[in-house]
Amino acid sequence: MKHLLTAALGRDEAIALLDSAEDMHEVQSHQLKKLPALRGRTVVNAFFENSTRTRSSFEIAGKWLSADVINVSGSSSSVSKGESLRDTVLTLAAMGVDGIVIRHGDSGAAALTADWLAASHPQVRVLNAGDGAHEHPTQALLDAFALRRRIHGTASRGKGLDGVRIAIVGDIAHSRVARSNALLLPALGAEVTLVAPPTLLPTGVETWNTQVTTDLDAAIAQQPDAVMMLRVQLERQQGAFVPSVGDYILGWSLTDARHRALPESTVLMHPGPLNRGLEISSKAAEAMQSAVLEQVTSGVSVRMAALYALVAGEDQA
Amino acid sequence: MTDASVDAKIVLHADDFTRMLKRIAHEILESERGADDVILLGIPSRGVPLASRLGRLLAEIAGRDIPVGALDITMHRDDLRAKPTRAIQPTEIPGGTVDGKTVVLVDDVLFSGRTVRAALDALADLGRPTAVRLAVLVDRGHRELPIRADFVGKNLPSSRDERISVRLVESDGEDHVAIEQGPAS
Repeated sequence: MKHLLTAALGRDEAIALLDSAEDMHEVQSHQLKKLPALRGRTVVNAFFENSTRTRSSFEIAGKWLSADVINVSGSSSSVSKGESLRDTVLTLAAMGVDGIVIRHGDSGAAALTADWLAASHPQVRVLNAGDGAHEHPTQALLDAFALRRRIHGTASRGKGLDGVRIAIVGDIAHSRVARSNALLLPALGAEVTLVAPPTLLPTGVETWNTQVTTDLDAAIAQQPDAVMMLRVQLERQQGAFVPSVGDYILGWSLTDARHRALPESTVLMHPGPLNRGLEISSKAAEAMQSAVLEQVTSGVSVRMAALYALVAGEDQA
Repeated sequence: MTDASVDAKIVLHADDFTRMLKRIAHEILESERGADDVILLGIPSRGVPLASRLGRLLAEIAGRDIPVGALDITMHRDDLRAKPTRAIQPTEIPGGTVDGKTVVLVDDVLFSGRTVRAALDALADLGRPTAVRLAVLVDRGHRELPIRADFVGKNLPSSRDERISVRLVESDGEDHVAIEQGPAS
């Protein structure tokens, strides 16, 4: 694997990454958490969009692997002086970094970055940490990782998510988390159902390898093995997609009543941060609190695995 | 370690394996005074099944369980960036700690000594064992570091142009050690 731009991975490739994340997860119980694998490597976190958990997760992952980690944020970089993304990226590459973790508000920013670097700095690896409404592959990997652990426990290695039924609920159209999960989870053998108001389903969703419905109650009646609630992303919505917040809650929020209708065994997931009372009731949020924190811990392991897979090996000029 | 080829010479057979491992088990018990705090850690991949065999033999002789685990050294290798990224293998420490234990590292072939150096680094990250010993099935010489084995199944002086191929029932369906022509691996 040269870059991690998309969650559209092959089954074997995805399982290898998840297995490697299991080994990284174990390191977190060691006395000394640091591993020497990326010693002498430099990784830049280039975050042109706000993020606490993804950025710190990548930062910790890089540091536990002994890489030198540098953070560049949109507001404190020359981007705020009008420098183009291309110039910023090439400047960072010219400083001799080995990996660039990029988060950007525009879809395709990570793939463009990889293209720009291909000619002049082919040894630099690019990890997509979220590009607009497009993809967020490490989030999908950590969701798969956490889910696999919930189902198979410590015997997760080598396994996929065969036959696991997952409902992804909310603003599918604007969600890079949903898109990456809709690519990765079916590749691992899971059956994914997307649930959203008709206006928040992306165009072309019928070509995805998923089921689609607009009826959350019907999806809950199917008793899915996992329900992933997406955050209602007020910052990414332009225009009115639902008549009102009240209508959204009525149709697509995980209310107390819907939460009660789910079997005890159903795994509740949320990529965070939570909007309590909007896409999820406060009570349901409490019930999934431990799972949400588990996902955060898993995030570090998965990002360690991704950085290891991309940046540790031989220099490829 | 490839399949036995035409010019491969088999030097150790299945019954040799049992004899050698039994002797190593006795030597461990003798030198570690009953092996009270001994844990065996196999180095993946072939060190792991060898460690469990050795553990079973030790348990038979000592009359109690000897903890056996695995220690992956991939991320501590000194040639990590010279090759394509290597897959990590699981590390499993019985009882969760190496503190105060006598760790016996188990591997199939001792060659340059670089794997053992990496294993010592990996162990240091896990805690502080009382002592670390090294048990290998075959010592083929050509050390590049000041490292020696405490328990050796068989010394096999070899040329650098030869390959030592170890096959185990657990991973390869048969027990044997062969010397093959070809660049050393």
